[in-house]
Amino acid sequence: MMKKALAPLTVIVAVLFVCAPYLIAQAPLESTMGLVQKIFYFHVPSWMAMYTAITVCAIASAMFLFTNNRSADAYAVAGAEVAVLFGLMGLVSGPLWGRKAWGVWWQWDVRLTTALLMELIFIACLLVRKYGGPGSEKLAAATGLFGGATAPFVYKSVDIWRTVHPKTSVVPELLKGSMPGSGLPFALSAIGFVLLSILLMQLRVRLAKEQAQLDDLYLAYEES
Amino acid sequence: MFLRTALLVLRKDAAIEAKSWEMLSTTMFFAVSCVLVFSFAFVKEGEPLEDAAAGILWIAVAFSGTLALGRTFERERYAETLRALLLAPAARPALYLGKLLGILFVLAIAEALLTPLIALLFHAALFARPLLLASLLVTGTTGFGAVGTLFAAMLVRARSRDVLLPILLYPITIPVIIAGVRGTAALLASPPDDATAIMWIGILVAFDVVFLTLALWTFEPLMTE
Repeated sequence: MMKKALAPLTVIVAVLFVCAPYLIAQAPLESTMGLVQKIFYFHVPSWMAMYTAITVCAIASAMFLFTNNRSADAYAVAGAEVAVLFGLMGLVSGPLWGRKAWGVWWQWDVRLTTALLMELIFIACLLVRKYGGPGSEKLAAATGLFGGATAPFVYKSVDIWRTVHPKTSVVPELLKGSMPGSGLPFALSAIGFVLLSILLMQLRVRLAKEQAQLDDLYLAYEES
Repeated sequence: MFLRTALLVLRKDAAIEAKSWEMLSTTMFFAVSCVLVFSFAFVKEGEPLEDAAAGILWIAVAFSGTLALGRTFERERYAETLRALLLAPAARPALYLGKLLGILFVLAIAEALLTPLIALLFHAALFARPLLLASLLVTGTTGFGAVGTLFAAMLVRARSRDVLLPILLYPITIPVIIAGVRGTAALLASPPDDATAIMWIGILVAFDVVFLTLALWTFEPLMTE
């Protein structure tokens, strides 16, 4: 079933990514920031994609810890890798925007600091898996689970503390029409990024399963 | 029964420690040398930088805590006693709790030494609000120890565990350390900013609850081979 879902998903993501630049270019300029604000259509969706990947990683990690299910482990790796990828996109696009909006590349503000930490947790998760030796899958799963536990703190941090980073209410307000004409392009880029993260995770899981099959075949060949 | 098991594990560790003094002496020595290193970085023309004392206190606790965490399970591994502990017909989370209490005990002694030392060397008014400072230290150390004990226990079987413990521990516990540093810095202001410190204590309690629940919940499957 999963293999069948991959092809249409790829087509949808491709269509969205072809349409997105045109729609973003059509969207109106923001009154104070002007052209720079267009990073928004890339920056926020990449964090949304990262949260999708973190959710997958945390749930799959918990399942792997308690059931020892190999395919849950494959989803946990896929989630962690995709989370690191989209986190990097967010961490690169954020300073580009911040340089124009705040005048500095980086502010040691709560949201920025915790987002960087979240990225580090998932990199640590991948490092452990790579260098931890046998049994490190469980360690990585625990790290993924703890990383998942910090994600809500990162998300809510802008509402708890006074930060230079915009609050979480920006997105729902935009969709309700706080900036006419930019709701649709944003919604489409957000859907595009989230679907892309799901597609990448599916591909990664397929790769992991094929690797496992190949290992089994090698073992069977050596035994025969 | 659960608490009794935890206390038995703690008593066993305390008995070993009382004979060898290995963990206490190394942890305290390392904590003091940390403070010395920072004193060179953060003192300018005889005057310490503002708020430096808060940061130094927590970094010294975190660094010496990592050292103690590494030792506590390394000892079990050398003597092959970890398997015996895990084979015992006791609840696994109780073993975790006993180990955690041992770490917290060592860190409490290190903090009792560090706090007056830093207050003295950096002219910091750390004792202006002793109760609030104590609550910050207790909640902060609990959060740090809760994650640390879990990861140190898991890493016992891993390759290159000395490298991996800080790699895993710091990103996850940095929020706790930030909360501790900001709370302590609020107490160092003149006059002490009680409201801000209490806000950070609240956040630390939230972290403790999340970390302890997750650790107690995952210790059993993590320690099963």
